[in-house]
Amino acid sequence: MEKCLNEIKPGETAVVERLRVHGSMRRRLLDIGLVEGTRVECVGVSPMGDPAAYCIRGAVIAIRAADSRDVLVREAADGTDL
Amino acid sequence: MGLTSSSTGFAAAETSLEIKRHASSDVVVAIAGNPNVGKSTIFNALTGMRQHTGNWPGKTVAAAQGYCETERSGYVLVDIPGTYSLLAHSAEEEAARDFLCFGGAEAAVVVCDATCLQRSLNLALQVMELCPKTLVCVNLCDEAKRRGITLDLKQLEENLGVPVVGTAAHDKRTLKVLTEALDRLCSGETELHPKRLHYIKPVEAAIACAEPLLRERFGERLDPRWLALRLIEGDKTLAAEAGKYLGTDPLSDPEISAAVERGRLRLAEDEITLDILRDRIVSCITLNSEEAADGAVSECAGCRRADRRADRLLTGRALGFPLMILLLLVVFWLTISGANYPSQLLSAGLGWLGERLSELMSGAPWWLSGVLVDGAYRTLAWVTAVMLPPMAIFFPLFTLLEDSGYLPRVAYNLDKPFQRCNACGKQALTMAMGFGCNAAGIVGCRIIDSKRERLIAMLTNAFVPCNGKFPFILTLASVFFVGTAGGFGESALSAAIVTAAVLLGVGMTFAASKFLSATILRGQPSGFTLELPPYRKPQFGKVIVRSLLDRTLFVLGRAAAVAAPAGAVIWILANVTVDGGSLLSYCTGALDPFARLLGMDGVILMAFILGLPANEIVIPIIIMCYMSQGSLTELSLPALAQLLGENGWTWRTAVCTMLFSLMHWPCSTSLLTVRKEAGGWKWALAAFLLPTCAGVIGCFLVAQISGLFI
Repeated sequence: MEKCLNEIKPGETAVVERLRVHGSMRRRLLDIGLVEGTRVECVGVSPMGDPAAYCIRGAVIAIRAADSRDVLVREAADGTDL
Repeated sequence: MGLTSSSTGFAAAETSLEIKRHASSDVVVAIAGNPNVGKSTIFNALTGMRQHTGNWPGKTVAAAQGYCETERSGYVLVDIPGTYSLLAHSAEEEAARDFLCFGGAEAAVVVCDATCLQRSLNLALQVMELCPKTLVCVNLCDEAKRRGITLDLKQLEENLGVPVVGTAAHDKRTLKVLTEALDRLCSGETELHPKRLHYIKPVEAAIACAEPLLRERFGERLDPRWLALRLIEGDKTLAAEAGKYLGTDPLSDPEISAAVERGRLRLAEDEITLDILRDRIVSCITLNSEEAADGAVSECAGCRRADRRADRLLTGRALGFPLMILLLLVVFWLTISGANYPSQLLSAGLGWLGERLSELMSGAPWWLSGVLVDGAYRTLAWVTAVMLPPMAIFFPLFTLLEDSGYLPRVAYNLDKPFQRCNACGKQALTMAMGFGCNAAGIVGCRIIDSKRERLIAMLTNAFVPCNGKFPFILTLASVFFVGTAGGFGESALSAAIVTAAVLLGVGMTFAASKFLSATILRGQPSGFTLELPPYRKPQFGKVIVRSLLDRTLFVLGRAAAVAAPAGAVIWILANVTVDGGSLLSYCTGALDPFARLLGMDGVILMAFILGLPANEIVIPIIIMCYMSQGSLTELSLPALAQLLGENGWTWRTAVCTMLFSLMHWPCSTSLLTVRKEAGGWKWALAAFLLPTCAGVIGCFLVAQISGLFI
């Protein structure tokens, strides 16, 4: 089932399906490695609830909910760590 | 984001850089890499002090070149901007790409992050397309090992087809390996089979439409395959530069533009529009680097656990903010309590030296010894005694925090409030740099992509106290609210007061950002991604040396350069009398009524005005002014307390003065930097008015409201 990346809770892993944003933010998301098929793990949420930190291809990157909302993901087949 | 003499003030925003060879046999080598992979460390280690910095022509992107000599050859190393890609989405990427394509780079070193190899390879593969003579330098190997990441550099070399060396930037031996590999690469001894980026079928077919023709026209001057794809995707940033370099705009040739059009039609067959094409290109590059890393890197599961645990604590809901404030408090406490004793020693020593100087000058005319000893020397002595010890403690501590990777966590914690102010979370980073130096913080605002958000960050940078203001706030806190004995409880209380002042500054930053984004800089927050790099064990020795040399001495030097002449000027003003009053008393007298409204006096306000070149000299000026009426023989805190008391200071004066010191015009260097970075005097004026108005209003309210109760 398709979800938004911001719905993934800390400790959960998901796989990127597609991005539904255009322009510079799309490029930035692609640049940090959020291409189709990439496994993403949510590793934490900042003290005020936003942004959240995601482990993407070995790097931990903070993304605001307003942006991660546009990253559509499906749940990973298995929940193991990357 | 080091704060050095070259990153601070004018030097940071200086003129464009020209590539200079020492000898015609020198090889120009570009040093590329992702941000934060130790690229600069390697660059510095290779070039030592032989560096020039400047901007990339026509861009506000910093550039540096340095010279490195090995037994076999000389190299002009050019530090190109740290980027993740060369697809020219940002000014940095464009500058990096342009240098590799057109800047005359004969070889390239790509510095990669061993702890995040795959992403670094993304850039390496793109650099290899433009510059086949590429050396891949996998840095931070020591750190990767500590994290349980195993690297097989031989395998990586095989995958990439270019030489690979592993380095640990602070280990000299690994640098030797790097320069030896560079020698072999540039002399042509190394066999190269650089791995080419390959794309999905339709894209490959489209490239094939234009590639042969481009090779025929331009040969290998620009990689034809690369150029074909750029022309097909319609990269506008390339046209002008490529036209200049090739002597003709490729698309002005009807045959070429027809071939490019054929390529696009080929893509359209598979329903790939230009937008989709750009996506596909990025995805393909990522998949290519996945392949390149295959078999070369393996990571044990859960070896990042320590980082995760630290993050859960330091950025956790419960403890994130308390720990942040506690850390700030500890830093100030260490600074205050640690600086107390050396400060006393220094002032005693410098006081003694001053008396000797006076004796030495006893034969000279009174006005000469007055200007030199009572004016210039005393002011200088005060600046040194009061500022040197706290800075020598504060800066290394701050650099340790910077090096450990904690600062990005601060930005992460503080992003939500910045978001509410429609500003960028990276503003927290530039704010943190502002603690060092506002001018450096303003230059640092370049990391913010959106122009609107960048302006907000620049204009509000002066709300955090820079190191020029810290000693002032520290001194007043100790003198007025704590007492001067310097026991544990007292220094803790001083630390609390300074922390409160900093928090007020941060709060004002939010308020001012909100105000700006509701008025002259209206708009929505743009997207934001921030990397939280792994925590690193700071290199203590290096940090102490670097922050002492780069920051402390630099800031002290600047303060001294302004303080000595200012001291002399004040002494002259105080001692030239017209109609029975000194020039100084006329000036302060004129300012006095307005200053009283703000809870201060004319002397204080004039000190702030004269302190425009450097905030560091505000206290010395105040002392000089008072001394010209009374006298101050020793430079200790109790003597200062007495002097201020004699001149009518109450706790209200102290509060208002501290408040005004926190919020008034930034120093002249900062203002000039704003003008340069934002592109116009009107922004410098805004940067002047914003904190000044806040300070005037704040002080007025405090003075008047407290006046009602007393």
